Amino acid sequence: MSTRVRLRVDPIACDGRGLCAELLPELISLDDWGFPILCDTEVPSELTKEAREVVKLCPKLALWLEQVSKA
Amino acid sequence: MSAVVGASSSQWLWFVSRGSGLVLLALFSIVVALGVATRTGSAPRTWHRFTVAELHRTFSLFAVALLVLHVVTAIADPYVSIGWWATVVPFVSHYKAAALGLGTLAVDFGAAVVITSLLRHRIGFRAWRAVHWLAYLAWPVAFIHSLRAGNDLGLAWAYTVEWGSAAIVATAVVARVLHVARSSVPPGSAPAPSVHAQAQARSGW
Amino acid sequence: MAGPQALDRLSLPARRLYEAPSRLPRLLQGQSIGESTNLSEHLELRGPLPSWGPDAHSRQALIELVDRSGLRGRGGASFPTALKLAAVAGQEGLPIVVANGTEGEPASAKDKVLMARSPHLVLDGAVVAAQAVGAREAVLVCHPAVRGLVDTAIKDRRELRIDAVRLRAVDAAERFVAGEASAVVHWLERGVPTPTRTPPRLAERGLHGRPTLVQNVETLAHLALIARFGANWYRGVGTDSEPGSMLVTVIGALRRPGVYEVAIGTQVSAVIDQAGGTLERPQAILLGGYFGSWAAYDEAAQRPLSRAGLAQLGAGPGAGLIAVLASDVCGLAETARVARYLASESAGQCGPCVFGLPALAGELESLAAGGAFDRTRLERWLGQVDGRGACRHPDGAVRMVRSALAVFTAELERHARSGCCSQGGAEILPTPIGAR
Repeated sequence: MSTRVRLRVDPIACDGRGLCAELLPELISLDDWGFPILCDTEVPSELTKEAREVVKLCPKLALWLEQVSKA
Repeated sequence: MSAVVGASSSQWLWFVSRGSGLVLLALFSIVVALGVATRTGSAPRTWHRFTVAELHRTFSLFAVALLVLHVVTAIADPYVSIGWWATVVPFVSHYKAAALGLGTLAVDFGAAVVITSLLRHRIGFRAWRAVHWLAYLAWPVAFIHSLRAGNDLGLAWAYTVEWGSAAIVATAVVARVLHVARSSVPPGSAPAPSVHAQAQARSGW
Repeated sequence: MAGPQALDRLSLPARRLYEAPSRLPRLLQGQSIGESTNLSEHLELRGPLPSWGPDAHSRQALIELVDRSGLRGRGGASFPTALKLAAVAGQEGLPIVVANGTEGEPASAKDKVLMARSPHLVLDGAVVAAQAVGAREAVLVCHPAVRGLVDTAIKDRRELRIDAVRLRAVDAAERFVAGEASAVVHWLERGVPTPTRTPPRLAERGLHGRPTLVQNVETLAHLALIARFGANWYRGVGTDSEPGSMLVTVIGALRRPGVYEVAIGTQVSAVIDQAGGTLERPQAILLGGYFGSWAAYDEAAQRPLSRAGLAQLGAGPGAGLIAVLASDVCGLAETARVARYLASESAGQCGPCVFGLPALAGELESLAAGGAFDRTRLERWLGQVDGRGACRHPDGAVRMVRSALAVFTAELERHARSGCCSQGGAEILPTPIGAR
């Protein structure tokens, strides 16, 4: 299954716990205050599994994968 | 443990159920401590936060498996009459109704916590968290159950496991309370925090 | 009953009775400062409000009328009103209208003045909006200072039973972010004036789960006049692409600071002249609001007050604030004060805003005081704060700060060399910290 997806974060739910950036540093970095800066391009297919893991792992359920519509 | 010559299956059930009970107490205490560590973001510097989170999850699922063994062996044991209903309905067992009823209650709470955690993404954060608080109720209920349902507390090592577990959980609860106290300063109303204060506040935020 | 097209073809006798205002003022017509128009005065001045049928065809005709007029929202985002009406009208479920008079911007007074002087025009507009989307209820969220006048207006209308729509007024929360659309709905539902996460959109599921139309009170007042006098009339002032008039709050070192109504596209210097002109030599203008942009006075004064006219300066009319900064005040000090205010007014929900805004404010305060400041770190923080909250509060703060850094370049150099350059002039931007 190769649906194109993008990582998104709910900034209200996000607490800056930082688990996501530990698990997926290729797509997620932390700002000066520990909150995630997500790469806003679509998730490369080789990282899709990790992206799903990260969404599952967030303790605040703040991450989700958004479908990218064909431009 | 009293010497047993020629272990019969009945006595095997008896040992396993009581032995697993003590191990479970220690295990669930560690699960509580790991849960608090996950929430407060405190972990040894070399560990990743997701390691702590995953350990909490793994240990709790392992404890659930052991809990099944504990309950099944206790009920299957013909020496005491408990009845299968007592697995989920508290205080209906014939043997030591009060003490075992507490165990059942702990299982009920624990089951709610585990099931909602497995379905976390379906039910949403708020519902999940509301039920998860039951863990703080499940542990003392299980603890009292272990004091009253067990007969082995005269033994030094059993005594150590009981009160060692209590000490672990007490420490975790204190840490959790302190965490709440530290993070109750509303952000934005305070003057510009220093970098150190920011980092500290962030671990409590 | 009078439908929208009928208005444009109304025979003269009817028109003669209720004269459409040919020039300005339109919204603030008919009374002087400090006075409020009561119901009979309002009806005598403007005539009765035409009503539209509840059927879908009439609603569609009304929305098309608004579309032809080119009316855009006056809350700061300038969203085309007809699109908003259509979005709510097209939803399943019974919609509800929220008239947003919160005006969380402390420097802006236009909504309060409008509600105090022409409450019936705003209420008319709420009724028209309700008819356009098929709602039966409209809630007016207004500043506590004008609540009494609004309540009286509603009571008077109820006694005469002139509205098919139920009207009620609620006190607004007095916080900066409280005026944001989802914050208003949150305030009405739960008493908490903080923005909420955007899916679902308010047009689909808002107040009590119903499709909700949140419209600024000034927008509704224009709507009430368009309903009476038609789209062509509305387009009689302003520019072709941005028709109509707007309310502006003009403050600063001026002879007559206050709220004025001007045609969109009026030259900024002409607007300032209406306020009596400047008292001190002006250096810069803050345009739009605290979420808007600074511009050098000489550049801004020549531009038309419109989105197109100000776009080249990286600015916009926003919520109608024009704050004129005199040369004897330090622009960086004002910016630092506003930045600190915006930081304290964060809803406190999103990390980059909660931590980033105070960090920016601290850096600007240090800069304003003439101390060392780290430009690279400031730029990094601006990038890390922009666009990373659930609402546009941090974005607005970043825009304001970036524009200050672009406009007050001379001050930046002076501060780095020899400390703050203020010559003791009066601060102009109110920052009511702690007024919660």
